[in-house]
Amino acid sequence: MSPAPILELREVSKRFGGIAAVDRVSLEIRRNEFFALLGPSGCGKTTLLRLLAGFERPSSGTILIDGQDLAGVPPNRRPVNMVFQSYAVFPHMSVEQNVAYGLRVDGLPRAETRRRVADALAMVRLGGFERRRPEQLSGGQRQRVALARALIKRPKMLLLDEPLSALDRKLREEMQLELVRLRREVGITFLIVTHDQEEALSMADRIAVMFDGRILQMAAPMELYEQPGCRRVADFIGTMNLFHGRVLATMDERLRIEVEGLGEIALPGDGRASGEVQLAIRPEKVRLSRQPPRDGLIAAHGTIDQIAYFGDSSHVYVRTDGGLRITCNRANQSRVEETPLTVGEPCWVSWRPADCILLTE
Amino acid sequence: MSEPAGPLDYDRRLWLRAWLAATFVFLYAPIVILIAFSFNDSRRNIVWRGFTLDYYARAWNDTSLIEAFTNSIVIALLATAISTTIGALLALALWRFRFPGKAAVEGALALPIVIPEICMGVALMAFFSRIGWPTGLPWPLNLGAIVAGHVAFCFPFVAIVVRARMAGFDRALEEASKDLGAGEWQTLRYITLPYMRPGLVAGALLAMTLSLDDFVITFFTSGPDTLTFPVKVYSMVRFGATPTVNAASTVLILVTVLLTVIAVRLQRPERTIVEGPRA
Amino acid sequence: MESWREQPVVFWTFLLPGAFWLLGFFLAPLALIWLYSFGERAGPVDIVVTGTRENYLAALDPIYLGLFWKSFWIAALATATTLVIAFPVALAVSFAPARLKPLLLLLVILPFWTNLLIRTYAMIAVLRTRGYANFALEAIWDLVGAGSGLLGIALQAFEPLTLLYSNAAVVIGIVYVYLPFMVLPLYATLERMDRSYLEASLDLGAGHLRTFMSVVVPLARPGILSGVILVLVPALGTFLISDLLGGPDSQLIGNVIERQFKAANNWPLGAAMSFLLMYVTFAALALRAFLAERDV
Repeated sequence: MSPAPILELREVSKRFGGIAAVDRVSLEIRRNEFFALLGPSGCGKTTLLRLLAGFERPSSGTILIDGQDLAGVPPNRRPVNMVFQSYAVFPHMSVEQNVAYGLRVDGLPRAETRRRVADALAMVRLGGFERRRPEQLSGGQRQRVALARALIKRPKMLLLDEPLSALDRKLREEMQLELVRLRREVGITFLIVTHDQEEALSMADRIAVMFDGRILQMAAPMELYEQPGCRRVADFIGTMNLFHGRVLATMDERLRIEVEGLGEIALPGDGRASGEVQLAIRPEKVRLSRQPPRDGLIAAHGTIDQIAYFGDSSHVYVRTDGGLRITCNRANQSRVEETPLTVGEPCWVSWRPADCILLTE
Repeated sequence: MSEPAGPLDYDRRLWLRAWLAATFVFLYAPIVILIAFSFNDSRRNIVWRGFTLDYYARAWNDTSLIEAFTNSIVIALLATAISTTIGALLALALWRFRFPGKAAVEGALALPIVIPEICMGVALMAFFSRIGWPTGLPWPLNLGAIVAGHVAFCFPFVAIVVRARMAGFDRALEEASKDLGAGEWQTLRYITLPYMRPGLVAGALLAMTLSLDDFVITFFTSGPDTLTFPVKVYSMVRFGATPTVNAASTVLILVTVLLTVIAVRLQRPERTIVEGPRA
Repeated sequence: MESWREQPVVFWTFLLPGAFWLLGFFLAPLALIWLYSFGERAGPVDIVVTGTRENYLAALDPIYLGLFWKSFWIAALATATTLVIAFPVALAVSFAPARLKPLLLLLVILPFWTNLLIRTYAMIAVLRTRGYANFALEAIWDLVGAGSGLLGIALQAFEPLTLLYSNAAVVIGIVYVYLPFMVLPLYATLERMDRSYLEASLDLGAGHLRTFMSVVVPLARPGILSGVILVLVPALGTFLISDLLGGPDSQLIGNVIERQFKAANNWPLGAAMSFLLMYVTFAALALRAFLAERDV
């Protein structure tokens, strides 16, 4: 029971001059999925989005929506709609006229248009805003007008370009939940493009990480976070402590690795790794203590270099005696600390071998 | 005047203010005098003798003057209509498209603005004569040559104004329109044109004033069968200054000032947001 | 920006009308004149293009060359005067409070929006022997005379200046007509100028005059260049101002060209002169572009 994907990209490339902004990208997006394209600025994700919407034509490759080849189909005849990064709400039209625009262009009768506009506005929680003008709305409200305007056409897929980048933090969190809710309510596929990994991790069912026009890894958020496939993905999603190492010996279920500054470590793992490797450990998996840790953990002694306080958590930067720099994230769990940590204090950092990630490049 | 002047408050400096005032006197006094003396009850136009509207009556009764005035207005209206259309279209082409030879078009567009008017005037005169432009056509067709000349030097100005306006247009609005299903011409009509409107109005008013104020091009493209206001007044002036000339001039000044005021009024800053939201 | 190929119909609809007009009513006439400059009269109305250089040689005849030179000097003098007058005006407006600026600019522009002929004509009443300039001067003279009379010194009777029908009148006329053209670009540049440059200069001990000469003027260079071009080019080709305000020896190039095309009916010569004038204009524009290039 695997229904056909709603979107299929086969070896799609787009070149500008000699440079490939999108380089032989192939992927499939399932129906009703909340999919995210994640990557740093300039990685080609926006270009890919514009290829889907029809504002660019691929240099090579095929794009299929619901089995239909989109080659040569102009943007106004594609069954996808886009919410632009600047929202692009028409400034000279009222909210109602904006939302009705797509229906008006299709020639829908007045009465039905009005009814559907009212429904669409209610769905994005802007009921009653019909008469307002864009300049009277806040950024978040304008975004919702753009959403209503796109969704009212019942497209097969909704494309969102950096939907949360213009919002302040509080609004951003609200909107994240709002978008997930909307998707469920409307029941169509959402594809968002973003450089903010928090956005992608919190909203998407699956994420594709893009770098330099290519997709490096495509997986569900948790898998992406806990099992990054390569160093670039590991480093981009969340922060990562990375150490250089060399495989010494491999046995059935265990590896022995020599890590600079940490010495020899034994890890669970398969026998395929060899040669130069990167050992990675997430900062929140690193434990900080004044006493030496118990056995079975990978550990090192050092001094606290710097503490960055974030209210709910602190990032502690430790310089080990072996010369490594390790970041440790800890939640600030009690309101009043009896003996708070201080810079310059000696300490132990430790973590479980199973929490390590082994990366080959 | 309550705050002490800062070192950079140049506008508060006395000599600068005096200079500004003197310049305004220099600029306006001759015109004011000209207008004032259109009401002067004296043929020799030097000393004020009394208020009269006589010369306005004489101007009104001078059929050739009226005909010239009407012709110039009609020319201005026609030239404005054509210039605005052509100028706006060309501005859109330059704003929207890349094409080979674009730099050449932009260069050619700037030429009518920079070359001395007399060169353009004589060129048009020679051209119309050479290609045998029909003369003796019924009114208003006989104004065709003059209108064509006016359009030629007006429409580049319209193109500049419209292009400046389009520079602030968020292309995402056009893309959004197409994304929602509108075709090229629908997008142009519903989205691009409304944005362009202030530029169109400004350009049209600019074209109108340029046309009304023109002397040189009109001088060279008018024929014996087309009487235009600048040429008529020129011949009156050569005969000697009379208050009738003042009266006629005053009327034209009023028309031009009226247009300028309308232009300024219609230039209210756009209250709507056309850039993306950043609030 | 998209390539024209993506929407050819739209592209051609936008481009053709303007291109047609430029070609048909601007470039074609200019091309015709250019051809005529290499032609000869072959009858009262015909001109045959023979490729001769006679016209250009005649145009460069010492008489005409002298006229070119004089035209250039009058235009240059007028431009310089305009610059000197306009600079403080632009300065005053750019430092004026924000609510006054549009009004002041409008007041500067408004005279420009009247017919060239009318403005020139208005100047006649001012510059005549029995005109307002002389009236004003006479009034001042009388005042001074009254004052010096008290000291026992008698002044001779006031001699009105012959301002009209002279080169001076032409210069004054050009300044009068084209002043707004100089104010606007200067204003635009001064308006955009970062005030902190001035403040830094004052902070470092320079006086206002020094600051003006060493900081404001150099920074305003683009505006100065634009303004100079906007006044110089029309001034070079003027014929109306010199015709109405000038004297018998105030014939400028514009007048000569006009005569060739009207009274003298020597179109080829007129064409050659027109093109020489255009080349001078282009040279001035190129010079300005070159000078502007060095600013950035």
